[in-house]
Amino acid sequence: MKLTKSFNRSLWAFHFNSGSCNGCEIEIVATITPRYDPERFGIKLVGTPRHADVLVITGPVVKKMKDRLLRVYAQMPEPKVVMCVGTCGISGGVFYDSYNLEGPVDEVIPVDVYVPGCPPRPEAIIHGVVKALEKLERIQGGGR
Amino acid sequence: MSEGSGRKAPYIIPIGPTHPALKEPVMFTFEMEGEMIKEVDFAPGQAHRGIEWMGMRRNPVQIVHLTDRICGICGVSHTFAFARAVEQIAEIEVPERADYIRALIAEFERIQSHLLWAGVAAHELGFDSLLHLTWRVREQSMDVIENLTGNRVNYGIIQVGGVRRDIVPEQHQVIEDCLNAYEGVISKLLELFLDDRSIALRCRDVGVLSHREALELCTVGPTARASGVNVDLRQDYPYSAYGDLDVRTILPDQYAGETRGDVYDRIVVRLLEVGQSCGIIRQCLDAMPAGEVTAEPKIAKLLAICKKASGEAIGRVEAPRGECFHYVRMEAQEAPHSWKVKASSYSNLMSWIPMLRGEQIADIPIIVASIDPCLSCTDRVAVIRGQRRDILSKEELHRLSVEATRRLQV
Repeated sequence: MKLTKSFNRSLWAFHFNSGSCNGCEIEIVATITPRYDPERFGIKLVGTPRHADVLVITGPVVKKMKDRLLRVYAQMPEPKVVMCVGTCGISGGVFYDSYNLEGPVDEVIPVDVYVPGCPPRPEAIIHGVVKALEKLERIQGGGR
Repeated sequence: MSEGSGRKAPYIIPIGPTHPALKEPVMFTFEMEGEMIKEVDFAPGQAHRGIEWMGMRRNPVQIVHLTDRICGICGVSHTFAFARAVEQIAEIEVPERADYIRALIAEFERIQSHLLWAGVAAHELGFDSLLHLTWRVREQSMDVIENLTGNRVNYGIIQVGGVRRDIVPEQHQVIEDCLNAYEGVISKLLELFLDDRSIALRCRDVGVLSHREALELCTVGPTARASGVNVDLRQDYPYSAYGDLDVRTILPDQYAGETRGDVYDRIVVRLLEVGQSCGIIRQCLDAMPAGEVTAEPKIAKLLAICKKASGEAIGRVEAPRGECFHYVRMEAQEAPHSWKVKASSYSNLMSWIPMLRGEQIADIPIIVASIDPCLSCTDRVAVIRGQRRDILSKEELHRLSVEATRRLQV
C-alpha cells in the first residue's frame, strides 16, 4: 500500500517534552542537524501539532504535563502516529518509582512506535521515524 | 493601545508550557503594553520528577545513574558534585588520575554544552544556517565523548571513588585531533557570531542584566560573568584536578573591551569558554599522572564503605551553566538520609525578570534562551497532596525550612 502523495517527502513531526531530562531533546535536535539530516527526505520538526503527522514524545509524563499531552494529541489531525522516544516514556526507566509520574506514555495516549534507549542514538530515532511512516501507510490502507 | 483607552490594556500573553520557542516546559505570563513587556511572571515545575525523593530510597552507586539523568546536557556535573559529596562523607580518597579524567570529561561537556547553546541562540534569532553549522561542529566533541565514555549523552563515567573507564594512550590522539579541529574553527565561530551585523543588532543592549542585579539575584556561571561578576568555581574554589590547572575567569571585556551585560556579552563569554576548555583539556593531558582510576573497583566493597559512613557534606562543581551544588547527609544506612540539589539554572532563572522587563515581544525567545535555562535541572520542589496543588506562602515555606533544619540537627 502506498501513501497518498501528500506524504511523499513531507513527514512532519511535533516534539512534545513531557518532563524529560533533556537528553532525548538534544538527541532529537542532533538528529535534524547536518550529520544525519533527515530533512533531505522531508522529515522535519514543526512548531504546532496542527501541522504534524507524527507526535514525538519524550519524558515519563509528569503530573502537570498529562493534560497538556492529551490536548496536544487531540489537536493533531488524522491520520496520526505517536512515537515514544526514550526508556523513561516506555517504562518509567530510572524514574520508575517516582511519585509525580502519570506515565508511562502508553497509559495516557496510544503509542505506535517505541524507541528505547536512554537516550536513543540519532540513528535509532531515524529508524523510529521510518517505522512511523510504515505505520502511516498501514493506516491509510485501512488497517490499524 | 494606550492605558485606559481600551478595556483590554494592558493585555496578557501566556506562553507555554508547550511552545515551539521553548525546548522545555515552562509557563510564562507577559503583561504587555503595545509591543513592550510591562511585567513578566513565570511558573516552572513542569519537569519535576521527584529525583531527590527517589534518591533517598537508593544507594549511592544507584544514585550516580539517577544524577546523570537529572539533566541530559550537564549529566557529568551533577554526578561529579554528588560523588564529591559522598566521597567527603565516606572519606574515600580519589586517585589523582581519576581527578584528571573527571576534569577532562567535564571540560568536554562544557564544550558540547556551549556549542549546543550557541546553536540554539542562533536558531532563536532566526539564523538557522548558523544553528546547523554549530551543531555540525559540536558532533566532533560528541564523538570524542562517546569514544571516552561509551555514551553520547548520560555518560555514566563517574562512580563514587573515581571513574569507571580509563583513558588509554590511543585515545590521546583522538582527543588531540578534536582539539586541533576546534582550535582551528573557534576563530571562525567568533567571527560568525560576533562580527555579524544582524546578530549585533539583535543582541547588543538587549536583555541587559546589570552588575548589581547579577549580584543581588545570586546569578552564577556565564550569566553572571557576562554581567562582569568575577565568579568561577574552578578558579575561586578549585576542586578535583582544577587546583593544579590554570583557569582564569572569562569576562566579556577581555574581548569587547567593555561589559554591558547584554545577550551579546553572554555569547562572547560562552564562545571564549569553548577555547578555554580546549586549553584546560590540553593541560589535563600533559599533567595526567599514571595510576589507578578508582579508589575501590569492587562495587560490593564500595557499597559497604558507603553504608558505614555518616556525616554531611556538600559537593560543588562549575557546570556549563554555573555552580552545581549537592548537599548529602548519610547516617550509616544504605540510602542517604537527605539529599538536596541546587542546579545552576535555579540561581539564574530569576534574572529573566529584569532582563525581560521593557523589552519587545520579538526579543522574548533570545532573552529566555540567553541564560541557557535548564528546567529539568531546576524543577526540584512541588507540593502535591491528593489532587490538590498547594501554593506555599513565604511564611509557610520558611516554617517548613526551619523544621527541616531542626530535623537534620537531631
